[in-house]
Amino acid sequence: MRHVFSVRIGPVGFRIGSDWRAPIAQLERLYADYPAPHAGVADFSVQLFAARPWRRLIRPRVMIGGDYTLPEAPPLPLAQGLLAVEMGMDLQMALGQRRYLLLRAAVVARDGQAVMLTGASGSGKSTLAALLSLRGWRLMGDEFALLDPITGMLHAFPRLVRLKNDGIAAVAAEVPERRLGPMLPGTPDGAIRHLIPDATTVAAMDTPATPALILFPSFGLARAERDVAQSEVFVRLTQASINYPALGERGFAALGGLVKAVPARAIDYPDTESAIDQVEAAWAAL
Amino acid sequence: MPSCAGMPLYRMARPETLAILRIDGFTAVYHRASGLTHLLAAPAPEILAALGEAGLTRAALLAKLRPDTAFGDGDEKNADEDRLGALLDELVATGLVACERAG
Repeated sequence: MRHVFSVRIGPVGFRIGSDWRAPIAQLERLYADYPAPHAGVADFSVQLFAARPWRRLIRPRVMIGGDYTLPEAPPLPLAQGLLAVEMGMDLQMALGQRRYLLLRAAVVARDGQAVMLTGASGSGKSTLAALLSLRGWRLMGDEFALLDPITGMLHAFPRLVRLKNDGIAAVAAEVPERRLGPMLPGTPDGAIRHLIPDATTVAAMDTPATPALILFPSFGLARAERDVAQSEVFVRLTQASINYPALGERGFAALGGLVKAVPARAIDYPDTESAIDQVEAAWAAL
Repeated sequence: MPSCAGMPLYRMARPETLAILRIDGFTAVYHRASGLTHLLAAPAPEILAALGEAGLTRAALLAKLRPDTAFGDGDEKNADEDRLGALLDELVATGLVACERAG
């Protein structure tokens, strides 16, 4: 490919190739403080390429390729190239990652103890993780929790935090402009803007944490909290896992161990300040 | 769905093909042969335990389950047999229970 960028996010190395310079230039700025893959060898490759040669120049649209591809994935406008890179990275993780049980969750940690915030897209977990990281929590990731089936520890995967719609202003009000990526309006998920994780996050990303609390946040409801039964946690986490079937019995044992060992609470929250307060309260009650 | 016609003996899948984890009121079972996870509620785990490797007929299973489970006796006998039959069919479909010829 004409333009290439390699980066390591937590334990996973990526090599991103592109027919266009622009997405690579953005990655170079946004991931400037991240290391290269171990020994220079990436685990996964992602490619952004033009569907037809002339599509590189005329109304350029980005096709997503890599070690694993989705043949039906529609191309994105070049202006959303950064999002295309992320979708490509997500796809490689979802289809190719076998070392860790992948759970769709944001993770923050304090004193080596991790809180998982799991929920569907739109539950506000990225915004919440970003704001918690601005209030003394270590950000371990806003999208994937990597559970090690051997040790039961959570590994960090702190890629750029993907802020959406209302979450953008909530976080942008608290960080300098240089920590934000370009505004990407009109994506399939609405407006998207990325937050660069802070230096502490990147410096600590090779240090795993012990799972201590599982939270199921739901945005838009009156403030409420409840304990979640282990059987419900088990079902919800199998649904929140990306690669549970692929891991087979290792996944079953890892998930069972997590569910049996770690308390879980559902928190309904009307606004992000309330959610932060509720996370702190649940943490304090451990 | 596999048919158990003419195969009146029900057995639990061989223990080495299952990983079993009790989670509050439920039993999570990983079925190694299919790679599928099943979350069982009562009385399915009791049925598996009662069948064991030796196996039982439906009537013998019902008699064994009655003291410990929601299966009653007397007037509800036919309804219980139907309910147990439906549960066994489901368990056979998952592979957690096998049916075979007697003797």
